[in-house]
Amino acid sequence: MNLTIDVTNKENIAYVVLSGEVDAFTAPKLKDALLPLTKEEGQTVEVDLQNVNYMDSTGLGVFISALKSTKEHNTDLKLVQMQERVYRLFKITGLTEIMNIDSTVQGGMQ
Amino acid sequence: MEPFDFVEIKVPAKAEYIGVVRLSISGIANRMGFTYEDIEDLKVAISEAITNAVKHGYNETGEGEITIGFGVYDDRLEVMVADHGGSFNLGDIKQDIGPYKQDDNIEELREGGFGLFLIDALMDKVEINSKYGVIVLMTKYLHEAEVGQNGDQISTSQ
Repeated sequence: MNLTIDVTNKENIAYVVLSGEVDAFTAPKLKDALLPLTKEEGQTVEVDLQNVNYMDSTGLGVFISALKSTKEHNTDLKLVQMQERVYRLFKITGLTEIMNIDSTVQGGMQ
Repeated sequence: MEPFDFVEIKVPAKAEYIGVVRLSISGIANRMGFTYEDIEDLKVAISEAITNAVKHGYNETGEGEITIGFGVYDDRLEVMVADHGGSFNLGDIKQDIGPYKQDDNIEELREGGFGLFLIDALMDKVEINSKYGVIVLMTKYLHEAEVGQNGDQISTSQ
């Protein structure tokens, strides 16, 4: 019931690998780690969600604020390897329309 | 009176206990025979309700308790989340919720506005009573389609 966040930088890409659950308890930690990365102009932030097996609206909120930040600072946000269950929440809330989510969703729910 | 089992849990109104309640509902729903997908829906719905109670009921100070009640019926699970003490304006919360639409301005997207919307989308029935604090009562039916096709399976009162 925790979340680990691993960040590695390679040229203009920041790879963020998440593992665990994103809820009201862990979301603030994610926000603190993610937002500064979206403020370095020209950078792409790629978030790997393969090992995120639970997320709720608090997680969606973090990605919405990260997306807003990318628009302000001319950076990019990309979500990759999202699990089917998590993808479903992005779909229900309509966020798949505005987020850059890798189309190879696990479980093939596309 | 329709027979049912009742399980009650009280947790401190702190975000770190949301995961604990998620495990509880997962166990109860699994015992009742809910599908994997339905259990995941229940986990999100109850987490949203508790997050609301933690955030709005107690202004994130972590004081007070949240009471969670599970009504276990033959054909459904009723979940009650009560943030005794605090209260939040439901009208405010209900306003501006709902899925993103293509013509919405991204700047206007509310970062915390999806909670109640998700509860509504994932559960079969949602009722809210805000007379004494805020109580969210949500219901999810077992094998919804099957019940609809075969009325004999529904156990009614008597």
